[in-house]
Amino acid sequence: MIEYILGHFNYWLIITVMMVGLYTLISRANLMKKLAGLAMFQTAVILFYVSLGKVTGGTVPIVDDQFTIYSNPLPQVLMLTAIVVGVATTALGFALVIRIKEAYDTVEEYEIQKMDSDS
Amino acid sequence: MGNDLVLRVVSKWLSPIIILFAFYVQFHGDYSPGGGFQAGVIFSSAILLYALTFGIDAAVKLIPEKALRLCASFGVLLYAGVGVLSMLKGGNFLNYSVLVEDPLLGQHIGIIVIELGVGITVASVMILLFFTFSRRVSPE
Amino acid sequence: MTEQITILLVIIPLLCAPITAIFKSHKIAWAITFFVSLCCLLISSYILLQVIDGSQVIYELGGWQPPWGIEYKIDSLNAFVALIVSVMAVVSTVFAYASVQREIDDDLYGLFYAAFQLCLLGLLGIALTGDIFNLFVFLEISSLSSYALISMGSNRKALTAAFSYLILGTIGATFFLIGVGFLYAASGSLNIFDIASRFETYEKMQLVTTSFIFIILGIGLKAAIFPLHSWLPNAYGYAPSVISIFLAATATKVSIYVLIRVLFDVYPMEYWSKLLIPQVLLTLGCVAVIYGSVRAWQQNEIRRLLAFSSVAQIGYIIIGLALLSHSGITSAIMHMFNHAVIKATLFMAAGMILYRARSTTLSDLGGFAVNMPWTFAALFIAGLSLIGVPGTAGFVSKWYLLEGAVAQQKWFVVISIALGSVFAVAYLWKIVDAMYFSAQRKIHITKVKSGDISLAVAPKSMSVALWTGAIACIYFGLFTKLPTDAAKSVATALLGS
Repeated sequence: MIEYILGHFNYWLIITVMMVGLYTLISRANLMKKLAGLAMFQTAVILFYVSLGKVTGGTVPIVDDQFTIYSNPLPQVLMLTAIVVGVATTALGFALVIRIKEAYDTVEEYEIQKMDSDS
Repeated sequence: MGNDLVLRVVSKWLSPIIILFAFYVQFHGDYSPGGGFQAGVIFSSAILLYALTFGIDAAVKLIPEKALRLCASFGVLLYAGVGVLSMLKGGNFLNYSVLVEDPLLGQHIGIIVIELGVGITVASVMILLFFTFSRRVSPE
Repeated sequence: MTEQITILLVIIPLLCAPITAIFKSHKIAWAITFFVSLCCLLISSYILLQVIDGSQVIYELGGWQPPWGIEYKIDSLNAFVALIVSVMAVVSTVFAYASVQREIDDDLYGLFYAAFQLCLLGLLGIALTGDIFNLFVFLEISSLSSYALISMGSNRKALTAAFSYLILGTIGATFFLIGVGFLYAASGSLNIFDIASRFETYEKMQLVTTSFIFIILGIGLKAAIFPLHSWLPNAYGYAPSVISIFLAATATKVSIYVLIRVLFDVYPMEYWSKLLIPQVLLTLGCVAVIYGSVRAWQQNEIRRLLAFSSVAQIGYIIIGLALLSHSGITSAIMHMFNHAVIKATLFMAAGMILYRARSTTLSDLGGFAVNMPWTFAALFIAGLSLIGVPGTAGFVSKWYLLEGAVAQQKWFVVISIALGSVFAVAYLWKIVDAMYFSAQRKIHITKVKSGDISLAVAPKSMSVALWTGAIACIYFGLFTKLPTDAAKSVATALLGS
């Protein structure tokens, strides 16, 4: 049992990060904090992919005569794309938050909802 | 912060090194870890450092926003252009092997130009994001 | 040659979007967008003609052999979805000419049209690609640009709508990504057809079920399937009218296409039938039909009403899929097309009302039909088609759906379809009642420039787009050959018999 837990420690960490992110996303009313949670959630997925591609004892996937075992480069390449998507999402989210702040003068979700239902 | 001597000297020394490192990551990308996205982000961080020490206005004077917009579009066009060029040469979209006579050389040229396009776009978009955000949040 | 033309569908918007972003002039930006969408329409109809007999067009990006490289494998379903997207792009671009000048800030024209083209690019890419990770990337391209486009709506509620869409959409996409990761861990491949062909070898792994659930949840969020629909009404209700038209007609349809691909191509049907997925989808579909229609009936604002009606219509499509029969799937595919046409027409009518009256709240529009009889007539035709009156497009797909439900003796499905139609009559009657039968009211309009005649006349380009849609609603109800043939060919391909 202990061996199982320790053997998968990276997955436990990833699950923790993911859940912290998701919890922040759901529980906070502040839009900036929501975005921070979202970014954590996405980062956890990136870590998940990268640890999928890790081969025990493998080196960085660059061809060289000295090495025979390489980690799988594909998940890393995929995650480069996912990071770009994450950056774009976060940037767009910040842009929206700034415009919400200008339009409503607050970034608290409850206050915004109250203003919306009043008008 | 522009008056702090230590900051000014350090960022003056650091900026060229960061930019040099960005170019290294950019053009060594087909042999070793690196590539357009990373290089673009590193390059933009040099400009960001400059903007943080000397103020946004100085940085905008260094790289006008209009040029950044053009660069961002140009990078995407460079990327797509290489793909279309390989189609015109009779291969599939983004097939670098047909770019020149020797397929291996073609692969090298193709990936370098493509990564250059990616690098230009990423760098200019990152700087543009920083400029727009910092302008919008604190109008001076 | 056909292969090279296929990829142009993605390349043309990719090349033109950055060019459009540079221009500030509305005319140039619009002209480029119109050119792009027209090219896409021509190419996708050409491809559909090539593959409608059941053949496939295969394109290997970069000349890399699948399963290593990204492969586009286009059959009739891909081509059909691409056609829906590009037809709607052309129609909404025509509509855009006048409406964008009104609703979007002057210095944003270039960026608006560039984002529109990127959205088109993403949706077309999803429709074409055969690589599941590439699909994720296109999904995010289209979603990111649609968040930006929705946030350009003139009401400040558009911002919060875009923000919650961004949060939920990203969660959906990330779930999809987790699912793809598990699937990749199990199968070692990202090519949809490669994954499917070796499914038996790893079917027993627990990862596969996890991946399936994650992927379905992710797509369910993007497709706004019933309990995951909460982003949709606000997003479509407050977006600029062009964007409401385009997204309501295409975005959810494309996500449903992804659902079809995942359900019927990636995972074999025997596998997920055991997981009670058909029953769950059927129930959710029925609830969506009733819930969406009731909520639409409660709305007082035309565009939100139409958005809730979209939730209900997605329910019909899901029911069609979950019936797992020939007529069920035929109806689902046809309804994807018919609903795109109908909903685009309705949103165009709403857009024109917004243009003329500067409001789409029902209480403001008392007796307004007198001022714009033709628009109202088109709205009425599209409304009849939405209800499913014989002789209109909506009737054909509903007929197939009922046929499928009756054949399987699923009476609660029949009842919910009937209830949904009754409520559809009710909520559309609300619009008719307000606009035609209510006493005329004075509309308070502020901020009209002198010499602005938009209150008296609707622009020609808008009327052309609107009536194209309205006539299509009738045409595809009377001459059903084209969508029926395509849908039947798809159903045969999916069910394999």
